[in-house]
Amino acid sequence: MAEQKTVTFIITRQDSPDSTPYEEIFEVPYRKNMNVISGLMEIRKNPVNAKGENTTPVQWDMNCLEEVCGACSMVINGTPRQSCAALVDHLETPIRLEPMSTFPVVRDLIVDRERMFDALKQVKAWIPLDGTHDLGPGPRMPEKKRQWAYELSKCMTCGVCLEACPNVNDKSNFIGPAAISQARLFNSHPTGEMFASDRLEGLMEDGGIGGCGNSQNCVQVCPKGIPLTTSIAAMNRATNIQAFKNFFGSDNAH
Amino acid sequence: MADQREFFYRRLHSFLGVVPIGIFLTQHLIVNHFAVYGEESFNKAAGFMAGLPFVLLLEIFIIYLPILYHAILGVYIAFTANYNTKRYGFFRNWMFALQRITGLITLVFIAWHVWETRVQIGLGNADLDYSLMEGILTNPFMFWFYIVGVIAAVFHFANGLWSVLVSFGITQTPKSQKIATYACILVFFVISYLGVRTLIQFAYGI
Repeated sequence: MAEQKTVTFIITRQDSPDSTPYEEIFEVPYRKNMNVISGLMEIRKNPVNAKGENTTPVQWDMNCLEEVCGACSMVINGTPRQSCAALVDHLETPIRLEPMSTFPVVRDLIVDRERMFDALKQVKAWIPLDGTHDLGPGPRMPEKKRQWAYELSKCMTCGVCLEACPNVNDKSNFIGPAAISQARLFNSHPTGEMFASDRLEGLMEDGGIGGCGNSQNCVQVCPKGIPLTTSIAAMNRATNIQAFKNFFGSDNAH
Repeated sequence: MADQREFFYRRLHSFLGVVPIGIFLTQHLIVNHFAVYGEESFNKAAGFMAGLPFVLLLEIFIIYLPILYHAILGVYIAFTANYNTKRYGFFRNWMFALQRITGLITLVFIAWHVWETRVQIGLGNADLDYSLMEGILTNPFMFWFYIVGVIAAVFHFANGLWSVLVSFGITQTPKSQKIATYACILVFFVISYLGVRTLIQFAYGI
């Protein structure tokens, strides 16, 4: 009988938010068409490292397993991406897994992406519709606009663009590309448009759109192919115009 | 309303880089290029610039204060970035890093250049004429220091022009940004030629 083929994983681990990271190597039995997550599941089943020592199972975050939730992002062979969509057959071995470095590590490969949700709050990336009575049907949206807005709506807050952005780090408070693009998405919505200036004000707050340095890494790495740099430039124009309206005064400053 | 000062500071920083600093840089290199037509013509052109009415006020408000502001905030911006061209070697990411590196080189160069020329002239230790620059640039070390300084400054201006077009939301589509890249490369070569040609004239008289 042929010997069982294995895949080598080199995983950067960290036991708690404040402890020092270390590397651990695992030999995982190979199966056809396996992805990185199924490799991690094998380690969970049998938490023994390459030296044959018993160890704690590697922790990671996941949810949808079809690249729409954004939870399982990690740095795989130097590239930040979703581990569910990373097929072992397409990766160079040994496979190196690290947590994304922009975010605080919770444990092993789990990071805390709270700053992204704070950023969405800063730019009010939602449409307020709550009321005590029926507001009736909303306004219609032009089909052409719907098409590009749909592309923006694919954002899953996965954090890959923040990981690649040189201006998102612990020395700066820049919110990153994702929330800027979300402000554009909700400002393009016929109902959301009524609160457009609120979102632009959020973008102009400290840590907002002014922090962008145009390195354009975000648009290159986005797993959903969202035109992030177009969104940033569009919001640059909108915030500048808003700033003029605010200062010089305009009935349209709302 | 939360603080929006940072937004204003950054936009002012971008704007000042072009108006007036970029315009001044271009003008400065064009006027200096008179050196290529001979000592006489350079002295005449430089004399005209130095003889402008209210020259000190013009210098302070069009040159010194804007550059000082741009430099101080620029150094802060350069040191708050996490350079990652090794992992993400995209063209724009390299431009991002080079923009900050050339900015720092330009700052050192301008500080030295102003000390050596404008300050010395102001103190009465030197005269504004062809021989001042000839004396500086015939030293091979200074010649190469000036070559690096001028090219860094022009790169910083040309690439900065591209960024300003994005920061002010003028170029939004990838296509317009790409064409702006080509236009800025052209600006870089044309203005670099002006600067380098003048330096060669001062250093080697050819």
